Amino acid sequence: MKEKIVTVHNLTKSFKEVQAVKGISFEVNQGEVFGLVGPDGAGKTTTMRILAAILSPDSGSAEILHLDSIKDREKIHDRIAYMSQRFGLYQDLTVQENIKFYADLYGVKRTELKESMDKLLSWSNLTQFKNRPAGKLSGGMKQKLGLTCALIHTPELLLLDEPTNGVDPVSRKEFWNLLYKLVDDGLTIIMTTAYLDEAERCHRLAFMDKGKITARGTPKEIVNLIPGGVFKFNSENPFEESNRIAETTQAVSTVFGSQVHVMGKITAEQIQKSINRQAEIVRSEGSVEDAFVYLSEIEKNHG
Amino acid sequence: MTNRLKFMLKKELLQTLRDPRMRIVILVMPIFQTLIFGYAVTTDVKKVDTAIVDMANTTKTRATVDQFVSSGIFIPTYRSSYDEAWYAMDQGEVQAMILFNQQGQMQFVTDGSRGLSAGVTAGYAAAILSSNQQPPITVESRAWYNPLLKSRNFYVPGVIAMMVMVVTLILSSMAVVREVEIGTMEQIMVTPMKRWEFIVGKLLPFGAIGMVNVLVVTAVAVFWFNIPLQGSLPLLMLGAVLYLMNTLGMGLLISTISRTQQQAMLSAFFVIFPASLLSGFAFPIANMPAIIRFFTLFNPMRYMMTILRDIFLKGNGLDILWPNYLAMFLLGVVLLTTATLRFKKTG
Repeated sequence: MKEKIVTVHNLTKSFKEVQAVKGISFEVNQGEVFGLVGPDGAGKTTTMRILAAILSPDSGSAEILHLDSIKDREKIHDRIAYMSQRFGLYQDLTVQENIKFYADLYGVKRTELKESMDKLLSWSNLTQFKNRPAGKLSGGMKQKLGLTCALIHTPELLLLDEPTNGVDPVSRKEFWNLLYKLVDDGLTIIMTTAYLDEAERCHRLAFMDKGKITARGTPKEIVNLIPGGVFKFNSENPFEESNRIAETTQAVSTVFGSQVHVMGKITAEQIQKSINRQAEIVRSEGSVEDAFVYLSEIEKNHG
Repeated sequence: MTNRLKFMLKKELLQTLRDPRMRIVILVMPIFQTLIFGYAVTTDVKKVDTAIVDMANTTKTRATVDQFVSSGIFIPTYRSSYDEAWYAMDQGEVQAMILFNQQGQMQFVTDGSRGLSAGVTAGYAAAILSSNQQPPITVESRAWYNPLLKSRNFYVPGVIAMMVMVVTLILSSMAVVREVEIGTMEQIMVTPMKRWEFIVGKLLPFGAIGMVNVLVVTAVAVFWFNIPLQGSLPLLMLGAVLYLMNTLGMGLLISTISRTQQQAMLSAFFVIFPASLLSGFAFPIANMPAIIRFFTLFNPMRYMMTILRDIFLKGNGLDILWPNYLAMFLLGVVLLTTATLRFKKTG
């Protein structure tokens, strides 16, 4: 049994009239990549800021590394790293100066700094750019520099808020390889993302929608939440047919390119009847994305 | 001083000096501003184009005109009729008129649309005419502290107060908001850095820039314009420190209500304009309506203006000026405290 290093219990947080987080609970184990997945405005960033101990919850509790997020704020800050959507880099300072500044704030000793900076720079392939101003780096390199700055004090827990937002696919892949290397070294990562292909890369997931967690588990467990799998068929008018299915049946229907995916209590015959043609329907296992669509539709109908 | 504060200051210094615009703001701008005020902004009247219409044309009227001309200030042009003279004034060709009717009665007219200098011109005219009385009334007036009534001596020390507010208020508020804008603020908040370390680390460099500005402008005033510094320089610097508490406090306060650097800059101008107008820099506070005079009590620039002029021109010491120092200190404490408290909430 792995050690639980984050325990969130019944957390709520409101901003003026908007209730951003409505009583969520989850746990994160040592050494895993935990993904908080959901659409924009689901309350993911608010949750992350509470975990980073820079925002106090209205009620409920968050225990990070067995420390209370409100009372032990400073101790938590010493031991975790938090990277916000736009990691704050000083554009006019060089790569090296940025890293040094964050190292200084965390009180990293000068003797250790040289070694860990060299290590992190070669790990992130930034060594040759170390004298370049941060403002002159590409989006992907900025991301890596942000990560490097966040890791300079060797934290035990890394919080990433939509780290790959606006980063090109190649850089995203590289970023993920870096993350896996960190996990191999024993780091625990909690990240938020709106990209569902990224969600599949996490060890465990929690779906967040309108301030609530609607599902949680491994990507496989999440996919299994779709009862009876996914019906897929090709269509020349995918949106039209998808809408017709949604209107005439109880099923959830969504479009992927020219393909229509139908989920829920339905049979292939019912689909054919609904779209009024003999489509070639294949039944297969869904993806995390299918599950996400299904769960948010179900939530919408119930709510 | 904690290590983190030291690193924050170091970083701020590195950033500030790396920015070429900042180097200009720190060194070139104050000198430039001082030169403008020293040379261009002057209420001294040196040359008045004067239309003369003499319908009487007697020895007496001609003698009077000669007196005006020999003063060296009034440059005469003769006009044949009142209408022609009035037209010249309408056109802005002349700034004053000396009109004699057929009985030899004189009328002196100045262009009131020229505000201050119209008054000064009328004053000169009165002085010239009074020496004409029989027996002559000799008025020997002497302006204490500024015997030649050079407006430069009056304005240049005041520039220090304006300069320091413009530079430090705008820069400090923008610098704090910039950290919020680019996201470094959020990042710094998750480090063990304390809020006060951040605030002090952020404001202190601009305080230093402000002090440099004071010294630069003072040097230009004394060595370039030969404005006498009668009082003590350390006392002047003490005033500058208290004044900076106010401007930096305002800067921090503005940063807590602004979300972008543009907003911060605009808000800063909203503060700077009324503060300058109500400081006594150009318009005497004593002439303002009571309610406005009351508002000037909350204007730190008002006190700094008094301190600067009194130290420069009168050589006054703390025995006379202490209420100004006390007022600035109290205002500064209130501003900094309010700003710091508000800053916590927005974080």
